[in-house]
Amino acid sequence: MNRALALNPQAVEVPASQDALLEVSNLTLRRGKAVVLDGVSLALHSGETLGLIGESGAGKSTLAMALIGLLRAPEVQLEGSMRFRGTELVTLREADYRRLRGNKIGLIFQDATAALNPCFTVGEQIAEPLKRHLGLSKWDRRERAAELMHSVGIPEPALRLDAYPHELSGGMQQRVMIAIALACNPELLLADEPTSALDVTIQAQIMELILDRVRALNSSAVFVLHDLALGAQVCDRIAVMYAGQIVEEGPSERVLAAPLHPYTQGLKSCVVELGSSTLVPIPGQIPPLNAMPAGCRFAPRCPRAQAICGEQRPVAETRDGRQIACWFID
Amino acid sequence: MSEAINVAPLARGSQWKQRFLQPLLRQRSAMAGLVILAIYVVAAVCAPWLATHDPTAQDLMAALQGPSAAHWLGTDSYGQDLYSRLLYGAQLALIIGFASVALGLFVGVAVGLAAGLMGGRTEWVLMRIVDGLLAFPELILAMAFMAVLGLGTENVVYALALSFVGPFARMTRGDVLQVKNQPYIEAAKLMGVGTAAVIWRHVLPNVVSPILVQAGMRISIAILLESGLSFLGIGVVPPTPDWGLMIAEGRAFITMAPWISGVPGLALAILLVALNLLGDGLRDAFDPNTQKDAG
Amino acid sequence: MFQAVSAKLAQTLLVLLIVSAASFTFLKLAPGDPVSIMLGSDYSKTSYDQLTHELGLDQPVVFQYGHWLANFVRGDWGISYITNQDIFELAVMQALPVTLTLAALSLLIALLIGIPTGVLAALYRNSWIDVLATTLAIGGNAFPSFYLGIILIWVFGVDLGWFPVLGFVAPWEDFWQGLWHLALPAVTLGAWYVGLIARITRSSLLEVLGQPYILAAKARGEPGWRVVWVHGMRNVLMPLVTVIGLQLGGMLRGAVMTEVVFALPGLGMMVTTAVLNREYIVVQAGIMLTGLLFVAVNLAVDQTYQFLDPRLRRR
Repeated sequence: MNRALALNPQAVEVPASQDALLEVSNLTLRRGKAVVLDGVSLALHSGETLGLIGESGAGKSTLAMALIGLLRAPEVQLEGSMRFRGTELVTLREADYRRLRGNKIGLIFQDATAALNPCFTVGEQIAEPLKRHLGLSKWDRRERAAELMHSVGIPEPALRLDAYPHELSGGMQQRVMIAIALACNPELLLADEPTSALDVTIQAQIMELILDRVRALNSSAVFVLHDLALGAQVCDRIAVMYAGQIVEEGPSERVLAAPLHPYTQGLKSCVVELGSSTLVPIPGQIPPLNAMPAGCRFAPRCPRAQAICGEQRPVAETRDGRQIACWFID
Repeated sequence: MSEAINVAPLARGSQWKQRFLQPLLRQRSAMAGLVILAIYVVAAVCAPWLATHDPTAQDLMAALQGPSAAHWLGTDSYGQDLYSRLLYGAQLALIIGFASVALGLFVGVAVGLAAGLMGGRTEWVLMRIVDGLLAFPELILAMAFMAVLGLGTENVVYALALSFVGPFARMTRGDVLQVKNQPYIEAAKLMGVGTAAVIWRHVLPNVVSPILVQAGMRISIAILLESGLSFLGIGVVPPTPDWGLMIAEGRAFITMAPWISGVPGLALAILLVALNLLGDGLRDAFDPNTQKDAG
Repeated sequence: MFQAVSAKLAQTLLVLLIVSAASFTFLKLAPGDPVSIMLGSDYSKTSYDQLTHELGLDQPVVFQYGHWLANFVRGDWGISYITNQDIFELAVMQALPVTLTLAALSLLIALLIGIPTGVLAALYRNSWIDVLATTLAIGGNAFPSFYLGIILIWVFGVDLGWFPVLGFVAPWEDFWQGLWHLALPAVTLGAWYVGLIARITRSSLLEVLGQPYILAAKARGEPGWRVVWVHGMRNVLMPLVTVIGLQLGGMLRGAVMTEVVFALPGLGMMVTTAVLNREYIVVQAGIMLTGLLFVAVNLAVDQTYQFLDPRLRRR
């Protein structure tokens, strides 16, 4: 893992004018009356990794699901725009979206044990996107599936091809999940807490494997994580989410070194650092979706909150190369 | 340890209401079933006052008549009044249904309790007999018992009851084995409570609700089997007012007088639907695992 | 593995023994003395004793059982007093195929109608399709098959004249004639199963569609129909087979009724006629045969589980 830290890429400042692989602007997701995502904007360039950080319920997994098109109308209402290589995803026809899923956009689930169908062999499940998107023949699919399993570090792939998910360990299952997500060399990989269902001892291995494969394929990746320090370690940039909004977004080291938004500051002080005993929890919890404050959603828990915070939503401001949504950036 | 005894769930009084009545009331379809069943029960109980004719009085002059003022639902080929036969038929169906299930339940629970509590060789022998009963479909079993016992209303009850012993015995034994190893039973035994008292106070209340649910669902099967046996001619004997017999009799006149089989056939179908709705409701009310499916 | 298989085998053998003992006990319990029945009304003491000895009825019950079982296994099931027919021939060669054909055809109809209905009800949950499917399920499940058969005969057989009303033509002799004759009975018996299958399909599919692996299949770009019919239904097969197996008793119950209503010469008809004729030896054959059928189906269901659910497969 330390190697991953050391490898933290140098390309920090990406000119905004350069064409983005993924450009989300002012995305709002409603489920009935509840506003689950509120005016989310972010951009991701080719080869970049972005960490979505926040408490559970912050909407980060929802954002990932919306990006891959598993959460869309009529189940939920989407407004705003999500552009993938210039293609508008919000209004994309389902049939066209399907051609992106598992092909140009891959998704790694949190719990591989639950996300692998118990009734099909892992070989069959890896081969599925190969057939659907690449149209490989049966024999080629098998061969490619074995290659993929090898590339994600599964020993003796030829033997494991015909194994059922329950015959593999949790770590191996997650490796299979990664192989499926990467089967068609996606340009964008979404990873929803890819290691949180695993034993601590193999979490680092799996994280490193994903980073490794993403770099080898020169793909971009969005990691959904709840750990700010881990996010800063593995991602080029970080977007901190709170209650369906992005409150701070910028290059990893700067966000971690000197967070500007009070929520990010609170998250950072939650991180237990070795040798330090200052653990300051953020008081309170994310308000329920049907009782969101009208202004800044963090206001009820914010130490800096003033009258305006409760009334008006702060507009994201650029400061020190990052975007911060707060009325009182110090 | 005293705490362990205190938490032993008992089905009594107010708890009964909470566990049984309230979940049931919440389900609209089960309530519909209950209302229909109540109408049948009232009709059956009040049959002597509601009936316009003697259900077995034959009047060949008035045979095969359609519904009229004299015979509200028409007459069969012997000129028997279908309306009156329908009411008495409800009486018979409900009596046979409840009685056979009650008898089967009583014997089955006794066998299951004996097997579960005694264990050893007694259990082995009892459960092999139960296996033997369960190795055959209910109707075949009931037909076999009818062959041995001979025809007649009473024998139908015995035959059906015997064919229900197996499921009840197996269920009771399973529940007893499960309850037997619970900490509060151990605790009660350690405190010197006698075996009979343990069964009565601690084991029975815990096995009673799944068995009652099973009983509720069996009643519709019992009524279906009873009318089926009579339809086949190996159940109740004519001229007893029985729906199965009435359907069998109307079968020959289906084109000329469809009401002969239609009246008892629809009555039977509606009663069975009502009992099934009620049974499903009971199951959902008691078994939290299946509640999701109810929607 | 060997141990598991032999344990299963031993258990099955035990059940078979119990089934045979129960069938044997039935004949012992049956009213009437077989010797006097066989001899008719007029016989002498010596001929009575002689026949008793010939039949082995003077021996201990355990020997009689062993003797009977040996004969049974050899296919020597005795001769009908009434038709003078060989009972093995009557039950196994004539009646059993009729019942099996009827049951198989009904199951096929029920699956063809029940599964799509259940899937539609699950996909359009709480819509009119769901309400209709649920109503049909409850109605079909409760409606007594013998009355349904009578209605079908009346409407489609007599009134409209589309189908033959009675009788059986073996489909293996004349396929289309056989199918045509079996159409109404199969619908009658299948109606009972349709509701059950639709119900279990609906509730199982609803549960399966909520699983993460369904979302994962969509995330791979699988089209909706494949997600439901391949990824979803593959996991619904298990509970479906369980219920079909568990409800075999109900199936046989319906089969007996249906055979009598439509005068099909199957097992149900055979047993019913035999009970009415007090021909207990034929009833016994029917009991034994249904018992064996029950054991066989349970074994088959067990095997199907292991085939359907890789998690249960022994390695």
